[in-house]
Amino acid sequence: MNSHIPDNLKYVASHEWLSTQNGIATVGITDHAQAELSDVVYVELPPLGKTLAAKAPAAVVESVKAASDIYAPVSGEVVAVNSALAADPALVNRSPYEQGWMFKLKIADPGELAALLDAAAYRAKLG
Amino acid sequence: MADRKTVPSLKKTPLTAAHQALGARLVEFGGWLMPVQYAGILQEHRAVRETAGVFDISHMGEFIISGPSAEAWLNAMLCNDIRAISPGHGQYTLLLNEAGGVLDDWYIYRLEDQTYLAVVNATETGKDFNWLQKKVASNVTLKNVSEEYAALALQGPQSEAILYKTFDKEIRRIRRNQIMTTPYQGQPVWVARTGYTGEDGYELFFPAELAEGLWQRLLTVGGVPAGLGARDTLRLEACYPLYGHELSETISPLEAGLGHFVSFDKPERFTGKDSLRRQKDAGLPRRLVAFEMTGLTAPPRARYAVLVDGQRVGEVTSGGVSPTLKKNLGLALIDHSHAKVGNRIDIEIRDQRRPALIVPKPFYNNLRK
Repeated sequence: MNSHIPDNLKYVASHEWLSTQNGIATVGITDHAQAELSDVVYVELPPLGKTLAAKAPAAVVESVKAASDIYAPVSGEVVAVNSALAADPALVNRSPYEQGWMFKLKIADPGELAALLDAAAYRAKLG
Repeated sequence: MADRKTVPSLKKTPLTAAHQALGARLVEFGGWLMPVQYAGILQEHRAVRETAGVFDISHMGEFIISGPSAEAWLNAMLCNDIRAISPGHGQYTLLLNEAGGVLDDWYIYRLEDQTYLAVVNATETGKDFNWLQKKVASNVTLKNVSEEYAALALQGPQSEAILYKTFDKEIRRIRRNQIMTTPYQGQPVWVARTGYTGEDGYELFFPAELAEGLWQRLLTVGGVPAGLGARDTLRLEACYPLYGHELSETISPLEAGLGHFVSFDKPERFTGKDSLRRQKDAGLPRRLVAFEMTGLTAPPRARYAVLVDGQRVGEVTSGGVSPTLKKNLGLALIDHSHAKVGNRIDIEIRDQRRPALIVPKPFYNNLRK
């Protein structure tokens, strides 16, 4: 199965993606991750204002089968969450890189961005 | 998100390659490599509720028990009364330990007067066989035919029509819990009208070399391939117990609400009887209840704590989202004093107490009598 991996995003080996704009990171899970989880039935998002460390559990995605932790790709404060996921959690499956985004972080240390994978490196990881 | 683990040297069914060809996602289940889903759990669940699904259940174990003393011996080994079934009929029954805990839950069919087919859980097949082999009586033959047999479950409202299309020759109509044999390519196939989904349906047991052909045939005539994921959501809606969740060596059938399958009246002193009698006389410490979450929450999952007034009173044995009812629901084993329909309980989901309501069992059942 070929996953969609947009070139303009950054990735983490644990299958989150991140885009940045004006010091704010938008985070979601990759097409590969949503396909692995299959039908997403609930997304538990972090509270606004919470400060997350890089690699800390940030959200929980529940598929029919199981609950999976979603990690913060970089450190930062939660400044927005995607409230549309409450009514329609399957947005994560249908539109993982756009309407299925999960939360936005105010990036604490831009230096951490250097550790993220680009699309080619993430594609190579998926094999 | 964590990556799936790959486990080496898993057992395969005769249909593993067929599942791969359909793009199934294969996962480890009790030492077996099994399809958890093909098109998706929700789609497969719906297919079983609305049309018919076909499940590979070849991982399940099969024993043949026969001989002049088989009836009396089985009645001493198992808690239901085997005398209640005549040839061509089956029953749900349980294999207990001396403490009244459950070693396994079975379906057993009386094929002929002195010959029985037991269908046992994949994960418990070896344990059951070792347990029984040590106790086998004279004039009883116990054979583990699990390796030679494959099995399919055809489940859903269109199962009967699909079954008739599957076999070229006309086959006899059977009722729930009945079993018959019919030939397929010159070899016998056992067809039982039973299942684990809350729908009408059949389970087919046959020599492993027929598996590929029968599987393709069932799909060609309208069966939808369905995996273990849908099997689990379907059985949870129907409140059927899953061994290792609602049943275990430390949970009694009485606690699990299966007293109907325990025959205290039969003459044989079956294994576990005295313990169950004592438990019954003393009052059951715990009961299995069905519950629904009352607010918008994450689905409850197995092993989450059940609380009343902040005190732990038990735990969830199975839980999830119900695709048919669009609710979060589950089964929980809780202290007897709280186990009443209509009682409010809390489920602890990631350190948060979430409200739930105890409701009647089952959540869903579409079986016609």
